[in-house]
Amino acid sequence: MALDVETIRKDFPLLARVVNGRPIVYLDSAATSLQPRPVLAAMEQYYETTHANVHRGVYATAEEATQRYESARVAAGRFVGAPDPAREIVFTKNATEAINLVANSWGRANLRRGDVVLLTQMEHHANLVPWLMLSEQLGLELRYLEVDGQGRLDVSALDRKLDGARLVAVSAMSNVLGTINDLRPIADAAHAAGAVVLADGAQAVPHLPVDVRALGVDFLAYSAHKMLGPTGIGALWGRADLLDAMPPFLGGGGMILDVRLDRFLPAESPQRFEAGTPPIAEAVGLGAAVRYLEAVGMEAVRAHERSLTDYALGAIADRLGDDCTVFGPPAGDDRGGVLSLAFRDVHPHDLAQVLDQYGVCVRPGHHCAKPLMRVLGVSATARASVGLYNDERDIDVLIEGLAEAGRLFG
Amino acid sequence: MPDLEDLYREIILDHYRSPRHRGELESPPAHRVEGFNPLCGDEVVVTMVVDGGTLQDIKFAGTGCSISQSSASLMSSAVKGKSLDDVRQLIRTFKSMMSIHEAALGESGPDEALEEAAPVDVRTIGELAALQGVVKFPVRIKCATLSWNALAQGLDELATAAS
Ligand SMILES: Cc1ncc(COP(=O)(O)O)c(C=O)c1O
Repeated sequence: MALDVETIRKDFPLLARVVNGRPIVYLDSAATSLQPRPVLAAMEQYYETTHANVHRGVYATAEEATQRYESARVAAGRFVGAPDPAREIVFTKNATEAINLVANSWGRANLRRGDVVLLTQMEHHANLVPWLMLSEQLGLELRYLEVDGQGRLDVSALDRKLDGARLVAVSAMSNVLGTINDLRPIADAAHAAGAVVLADGAQAVPHLPVDVRALGVDFLAYSAHKMLGPTGIGALWGRADLLDAMPPFLGGGGMILDVRLDRFLPAESPQRFEAGTPPIAEAVGLGAAVRYLEAVGMEAVRAHERSLTDYALGAIADRLGDDCTVFGPPAGDDRGGVLSLAFRDVHPHDLAQVLDQYGVCVRPGHHCAKPLMRVLGVSATARASVGLYNDERDIDVLIEGLAEAGRLFG
Repeated sequence: MPDLEDLYREIILDHYRSPRHRGELESPPAHRVEGFNPLCGDEVVVTMVVDGGTLQDIKFAGTGCSISQSSASLMSSAVKGKSLDDVRQLIRTFKSMMSIHEAALGESGPDEALEEAAPVDVRTIGELAALQGVVKFPVRIKCATLSWNALAQGLDELATAAS
């Protein structure tokens, strides 16, 4: 079923904004998405009618708050095909914290000096720096799958690079190139080599149907704020047997069974990994975002964004020709809606500034992927990225603004 | 509403398209400083020769947007051959043109900040006044000050080494 973008746009209050005298053209969903009214309403309604601290409370609103928090956990897990969502979803601050949790908890318990961790050149700093930090302490051997000329992972050396690997951590979709990585064969090869697989789902979960069983991975990290939810909450899905065997990450209230002055007993997972008062209203918002996306249907979201990406790639090539380079794979099944642009030799900062005058929100910079920028041979790009609420007019304004930048700096 | 023409004045575009004093002086004898804008990954390298209380020569290199590149070009043109006292005074004037606004930006928007800012006598800074419009675009201030910070750092380092 196709998605009705006109109707969807009405659900997003921020799209009514006017900036610099123009209606806003929001093309920065890879950085963070906008929120539809049902998500905002769910959070407000929670604060107005229910707010109380979760777990431990006996009174009615505390029970309700706990119940809503836990039902958000189930929704977040169901959304990514978790077999047992109530046990397998750990709420975190964001995808970054979810990956840090795996590095610090699973990593410290399972990795030793000289162990191999396989990453890729296209990772976000969130899936690089935690491993670099761990390696500083443990002395790991970090290896990288390379990115080929079309912005895809080069898996030709996969088996060789997996030799001795204990962990593979790879993005399901690049936040710079839009590449949708085919994780299944990588996960299968990794498992055959005895490694555990973590997928960075920060970009994939908001824009594609994601099923952890189909992907064949062991951990999946994602953030609510990129999938129509609020900031301040993310999730780690982990295979139950792995989570059950992992030591705690942060210590504090809510993650223990018993505490004495000389020792403590941690709670079962997922509570074991949720120290302190969690983001309760944000969990409610995430639950509402999941319901919104499920009602639209992730197949429909992907189909819409795919056709918009095809349109954008075609229109940019037609109207701007060789002046504009878009990094990443050509239109196709493995091409997500992230367009990292270079326009002649106009600096991305200047491009973004001119586009701002057209109300167009794009992001200049390295997109927290400095190693990938070096592979691409640029210091920065201007990145336009689509969401389910974008339409072809948005792309047309983007191209109009790029052409103007060309005239100004020509 | 800040306008693009306030930012991209003709002088700025001119210095961006044909930068003056671009390159690197041989170091040593020149003193070399690198500046870094972590926000956008821009880098600037400023090389300078100081002799007898005068900034004898200066060049800049690196990559950056039109604002950082033109600011470096305008700066080099303005300070080359000047006494160190004059150079320091110019750095102060330029930074106050930029940084007073930066400090005032906290709560209020850019427009209010402009009104509150102490006036810089633009007649004393010549072509550099073209960069005034940058303060209306707060995120770009760091682009404009990148090379100036590198120059100031270089002069400080030379002064410390000499004392
Ligand atoms: C691929 C990828 N991984 C991880 C992250 C980190 O997400 P967050 O900042 O929400 O933790 C991002 C977001 O920028 C991303 O695009």
